[in-house]
Amino acid sequence: MSKPDLLAGRVALVTGASRGIGQAIAKGLVEAGAEVWIAARTPGSLDAEAEALTAAGPGKAHAVYLDVGDPAAIKQTFALIQKTNRRLDILVNNAGILKASMIEMASVDMMDETYAVNLRSVLVSAQYAARLMARNGGGSIINLTSIMGRFGYAGQSVYSASKAGVIGATQSLAKEFAARQIRVNAVAPGAIDTSLIEGLSEEKRQETVSSIGMGRLGKPEDVAGLVVFLASDQSAYITGQVIGVDGGMVV
Amino acid sequence: MAEELYEIVAKALLLDRSAITDDLTYNSIPEWDSVAHMALIAELEAAYDVMLDTDDIVAMSTVGAIREILKKYDVEA
Repeated sequence: MSKPDLLAGRVALVTGASRGIGQAIAKGLVEAGAEVWIAARTPGSLDAEAEALTAAGPGKAHAVYLDVGDPAAIKQTFALIQKTNRRLDILVNNAGILKASMIEMASVDMMDETYAVNLRSVLVSAQYAARLMARNGGGSIINLTSIMGRFGYAGQSVYSASKAGVIGATQSLAKEFAARQIRVNAVAPGAIDTSLIEGLSEEKRQETVSSIGMGRLGKPEDVAGLVVFLASDQSAYITGQVIGVDGGMVV
Repeated sequence: MAEELYEIVAKALLLDRSAITDDLTYNSIPEWDSVAHMALIAELEAAYDVMLDTDDIVAMSTVGAIREILKKYDVEA
């Protein structure tokens, strides 16, 4: 899909890389020549994926395991990258959780967990990423938000709030890091055909598709293509933007 | 060793080496503002191959304090 040398020599970290959008992003970055740390929570779960990505090349992949809701684990991960590569060029904050609930039934614990995983992780990761990136003259941070964070969705107040927070973080970090040549952008997928969608009833699935102007669900690769672009020098002058990948969906 | 730390601080803050002392304090001169502090932190991390905690970055408010805090990371600066 991508030019095999677009990201040659670049080091990337992708969180939530075990499935769906994160998995497609990791593949896209490796296909563009990057050395990619693919991260997930469950120890061992990405070992085979890292080997397969490396075998396919032209970039390569390493597996790393952390819960992004744990700031100490985030620090350890960046320390590992610092020790191994001494650089980081691309950070994709993709890991997230979505727990649907009418607001009257949402527990405070669920709210806190959602903020910690979806939003606080973006801010904590930025603390470490900025310093590693600044050493080598800059970098690109790509945060996954959601169409729900831009426009809202009934039954998703907590998730939407966390993803709206990601937009605020993206815009502020872009301004704060601009002088260090670190770009920060957000990608806002609409309805993408992943395991999150598989759980829907056929009726709900049809209803979702009918709200999409282009008449189909998005593919994880549709999101990955934009992320590879934002990671590369092709987007060298783009920062602080929120770009929808939603096929013209209306929510 | 003090010499090396002074060189790093001077380079990050774009100051002459002769302007650096242990008592030089964050935000006391225009050259050491919050933006320069981040440049300094990046220089320190690269030079000594450490990853500093956020609390320590905040606490590095003088050159002397930087030297003390670096000891926690097994760095004799």
